[in-house]
Amino acid sequence: MAILINKDTKVLVTGFTGRIGSFHAEEMRAYGTQVVGGVTPGKGGTTHNGLPVFNTVKGAVAETGADMVIAFVPPPFAADSIMESADAGIKTCVCIADGIPAQDMIRVKRYMRRYKAERRMRLIGPNCAGIITPGQGFAGLMPPHIYLPGRVGIIGRSGTLGYEAASQMKSKGIGVSSSIGIGGDPINGSSFRDILELFENDPDTDAVVLVGEIGGPQEAEAAAYIRDHMKKPVAAYIAGLSAPKGRTMGHAGAIVNAFGESAQEKVEILKGCGVTIVPTPSAFGEVVEAMMAG
Amino acid sequence: MDIHEYQAKELLKRFGVNVPRGGIAYSPEQAVYRSQELSGEKCVVKAQIHSGARGKAGGVRICNTDDEISDAASWMLGRKLVTHQTGPQGKLVGRLYVEEATDIKQEIYLAFVMDRTEERVVVVASAQGGMEIEDISANEPDSIIRSVVDPAVGMQAFQAREIAFQLGLDPSLITQASKTITGCYKMMDELDASMLEINPLVVTGGGEIVALDCKVSFDENALFRHPEISELRDKSQEDSRETYAGDRGLNYIGLEGEIGCIVNGAGLAMATLDMIKMAGGEPANFLDVGGGASPERVLMSFKAVLNDPNVESILVNIFAGINRCDWIAEGVVRAVQELDLKIPLVVRLSGTNFEEGRKILDESGLNITTAETLAEAADRVVSAWKSATTNNAGAV
Repeated sequence: MAILINKDTKVLVTGFTGRIGSFHAEEMRAYGTQVVGGVTPGKGGTTHNGLPVFNTVKGAVAETGADMVIAFVPPPFAADSIMESADAGIKTCVCIADGIPAQDMIRVKRYMRRYKAERRMRLIGPNCAGIITPGQGFAGLMPPHIYLPGRVGIIGRSGTLGYEAASQMKSKGIGVSSSIGIGGDPINGSSFRDILELFENDPDTDAVVLVGEIGGPQEAEAAAYIRDHMKKPVAAYIAGLSAPKGRTMGHAGAIVNAFGESAQEKVEILKGCGVTIVPTPSAFGEVVEAMMAG
Repeated sequence: MDIHEYQAKELLKRFGVNVPRGGIAYSPEQAVYRSQELSGEKCVVKAQIHSGARGKAGGVRICNTDDEISDAASWMLGRKLVTHQTGPQGKLVGRLYVEEATDIKQEIYLAFVMDRTEERVVVVASAQGGMEIEDISANEPDSIIRSVVDPAVGMQAFQAREIAFQLGLDPSLITQASKTITGCYKMMDELDASMLEINPLVVTGGGEIVALDCKVSFDENALFRHPEISELRDKSQEDSRETYAGDRGLNYIGLEGEIGCIVNGAGLAMATLDMIKMAGGEPANFLDVGGGASPERVLMSFKAVLNDPNVESILVNIFAGINRCDWIAEGVVRAVQELDLKIPLVVRLSGTNFEEGRKILDESGLNITTAETLAEAADRVVSAWKSATTNNAGAV
């Protein structure tokens, strides 16, 4: 069943009636994703594109049995929407918003700890392109046709760079079990390590491609996890070899502030933990092909 | 977003942190007048630029007489100071801060940062103040004190006390130190700062705790709820190329090379810069056009890239998810025509509607080189740039 999303996942859209939410909800449905409705406070009881609209996430869960939320709520209100989903018993929330204040994310992460691990919501993103299990369903912005169904997992911070990896793999006939965008923010929901663990335990995944970048400790943490706990092979690319120190490169989290955060250092750390390095963003296809053959 | 030292000190004062008395000056005469307002004794003239290490660049001078103040001020004003944080082009001194001199007995390092491992605000302090934190970590790692703040309750008094005692402060100073540390945390929290550094925080001969310097950065994603902070922005301290692009909603960072880049997505943009470098070129900029880019936005991106006089060729690299390659291609064609583009241009389109996009470029009859893959695009733009520059050099 790959990870996080499949054909049975019931997806609820917050920020449903907005322009962006409407557009992507329709794309998700066209691909076969089970979108069960949406939430827009004040528009409860109406329908939008033939689906029911609810005032609250709790109300929507009670009516539809939704277990996933994709949030298209704008950045100033996104933290509130994530916490509402966590409190309503949602299993996984994918947050797209780019530009949530870091202090809001600190509060979100603190808030989520009030729930016991078994019923704590898994947050994906924010500032991500979403998640997809090719052939089954997706919650996000990606063009789903570039993913061939298959047995290699993808985890990445960047949306478009993840597309690059998937389409290069497709041209080599290599398919994807699930592709998960963890987002480019400095404080995010799930880390590389969290998703690696899901892929390691997923019987439908044989190998993983990690698409990292400069800034933050998560690639190094992932490297240690791969060395100590993973049997499946992992290939990794790190963007930002030419990025100047102390500058934020587009993603709020893509900034080198401390030792071990540059692309060169991350590549060395990953290599030292037995990870196959993808040397250039044009080499995803061939490197993954060689890794799968070896 | 960064602000000036004097602005940071105004904010600190509001949160109960002691700072030396001082005033702002835009001319040597005004600087002298400010010092007289302060009592006319020894004072410090400080260049206001968005950078640390100003002292080494000549941007901080202790003055004893009016002539010294006037000399220091006229030397600094209008000068570009170069520090290891400003880049080789330096930063322009447009204003000065004239401050009363402080009798320093002890120097402390105090900072508040967003720690990405803890996912919380962490206080970092050291009794080895005055030097930069990198040097403290390298030379006196054991002197570094760290304390993590729980966002649910904020900084507690006991945490501030613990830090103060660990710094080895005299017991008579603990209350004052706690008030300072708590005040800084409140400022960070209430104003959505992403970093606040006081280096040095000093104990004066008179037993007062005073912030002698202060550096603050604000989270740009939170500026929507702090209009009074947005007003502190000083565009003269920014790269003018970045100001131009930023004011038009483009995510642009100026670099030193000759190859201009227009890419969608931050990760792909970074990767494109890497590919250009590997192909033997130097990127002139980072530019993420974002999702759903219209032809107008593409045209605007060309303007931003060409605003840099060093640009000698351009690479457009688009992997369209929510974008549409036909819109991008329309924008490219319009840009080449409207801006009368003469330098080499390489375009790589992939993803949604790429066939339509390719067709628009091919049928335009314009001199646009296309590429299938990222590697091909990088190779083509670098070789086009090299042959263009060789030809020009030959003509001269």
